[in-house]
Amino acid sequence: MSIARSSARSLTAHGILAFFTFLALAPIVLIVMNAFKSRNAIFASPMALPTPETFDLIGFTSVLQQGQFGTYFTNSLVITVVALAGTILFGAMAAFALTEYRFRFNTVTGLFFTLGIMVPIRLGTVGILEIMVRTSLVNTRTALILVYIAQGLPMAIFILTEFMRTVSADLKNAGRVDGLSEYEIFIWLVVPLLRPAMVSVAVFTMIPIWNDLWFPLILAPGEETKTLTLGAQVFIGQYVTDWNSVLAALSLSILPVLALYLVFSKGLIRGITSGAIK
Amino acid sequence: MTSAAIRALAHKQAPAEQRPWRWHIAVFLAPALLIYTAVMVVPLVETLRLSFFQNAGQQPIFVGLANFNTLLRDERWAEHFWNALYNNTYFFAIHLLVMVPLAILLAALLSLPRMRGSGFYRTALFMPTMLSFVIVGFVWKLILSPLWGITPDLLDAVGLRSLFAPYLGREEYALTTLGFISVWQWFGIPMMLSYAAMLSIPDEILEAAEIDGIVGIAQFFKIKLPLLWPTIGVIAILTFVSNFNSFDLIYTAQGTLAGPNFSTDILGTLLYRTFFGAQLQLRDPHMGAAIATMMLIIILGVVCAYLFFVQRKLVRYQL
Repeated sequence: MSIARSSARSLTAHGILAFFTFLALAPIVLIVMNAFKSRNAIFASPMALPTPETFDLIGFTSVLQQGQFGTYFTNSLVITVVALAGTILFGAMAAFALTEYRFRFNTVTGLFFTLGIMVPIRLGTVGILEIMVRTSLVNTRTALILVYIAQGLPMAIFILTEFMRTVSADLKNAGRVDGLSEYEIFIWLVVPLLRPAMVSVAVFTMIPIWNDLWFPLILAPGEETKTLTLGAQVFIGQYVTDWNSVLAALSLSILPVLALYLVFSKGLIRGITSGAIK
Repeated sequence: MTSAAIRALAHKQAPAEQRPWRWHIAVFLAPALLIYTAVMVVPLVETLRLSFFQNAGQQPIFVGLANFNTLLRDERWAEHFWNALYNNTYFFAIHLLVMVPLAILLAALLSLPRMRGSGFYRTALFMPTMLSFVIVGFVWKLILSPLWGITPDLLDAVGLRSLFAPYLGREEYALTTLGFISVWQWFGIPMMLSYAAMLSIPDEILEAAEIDGIVGIAQFFKIKLPLLWPTIGVIAILTFVSNFNSFDLIYTAQGTLAGPNFSTDILGTLLYRTFFGAQLQLRDPHMGAAIATMMLIIILGVVCAYLFFVQRKLVRYQL
């Protein structure tokens, strides 16, 4: 292969990748950029970066005054973190029981959980709402946390079971000989070895929870329990004509995700690719 | 050490019948089983059950398959149901025909040996997937808005001004536009899955191909693609399940009525409208349950068909 041909080929590859990277990023940049401009500048020159003359924070100040974005953010954070912790802890416990012990309903229980990977939990919404009404959990964060744990468990158990098989039996038996109880073996020997798999599960579980609109809309639409996603949706719907506020609200919802993503992107992408191979 | 090994062995091999009831197994399983059963399985079964009932005055009465008959045949319902099913299939087809090939192309380029900056491209290309439907829906609504004028200006710059239309507001374009927006948001996931699959192809195979003079595009079609079919199958089925279950993007961009004139109505929005009611429509949990049951049948039917007919025929090479 001649050098000229190979460099032409790599140039084409870079060209295609750069083009799609531009397509992926441009809309985000456009929104965030215009959020910092005055109303006139947004319409007069939407493609221009904010300059000292056009720079304006009016959108952000009105969003922070009118919306309860602090509450929404706390709700989203609490729900996501607790649901994530629950999914991983309960999922790991169940995966441990299924891989470590032989008991009568082992295979059936495993299949029972696997079924949940294929059936979307949304289809049970009619029944879920009925149960939440009966237990008066509507408009509580608990309702959402329970739903998200149930939603995440099948996949978590599936991935963790795969990893659980790789933990050496000698290690666990050595622990038993040293007088550790089954619970201590799980906590002190198995959990630390599972950390990479748990990161993988966390990635798969976290994004859909944080971004979900369906269940917050149906189970917890109250002002006190709105998540950031639902809050932004309602706020933007109400202020459609106030472009500064809409752009600022969008930027405020994009930036935390973006910051988190840039911090964790390495581990996140590794989690997805390793989860895929498994 | 030896006694330890023997005891360990004894522990492992003792037959199940002779053991006392092992509480720890129940303790380990209980939380997951309880939450999963109570919040997912029971409501799903309850939804199936509700679809066989209808409200008559105070008491729900058993009506057998009447709800399904109404849904599939009755004038007021059938039109909406078949429309939503058709739109949903079209929505899925866009993903299959645009997103999957694009994802594979980008993954192939990213996994090229000595590709500089592939880490940067990977991170940037995956970014839209992190955003919520709400953000994605509104961002594109603003960009495509004739009011703001970004899209007409851009088309003007390349001399295609005449192609501009309010894409989300026209019946003939709206669903296609939403399909492309959804592709924009989601192509990161199939890209990563194909990328991972391509990285797992051993270098020896590719080197052997190079020695035989199979390089570049020929190498992709003759070596990498055949090894990739199982992954593509998984991607297709994951896309199918998530498409036939989607709701958020259309709800955000077009509202409950999935306008204009129901041209973007898919099963998820129809379910929401039926279950919760909308303008000019009363809420009807039983018909909602019937729609959910139909969705369940469609999703499970296709997944099972895939597992039995496609999955088994895919050739898997031992690498």
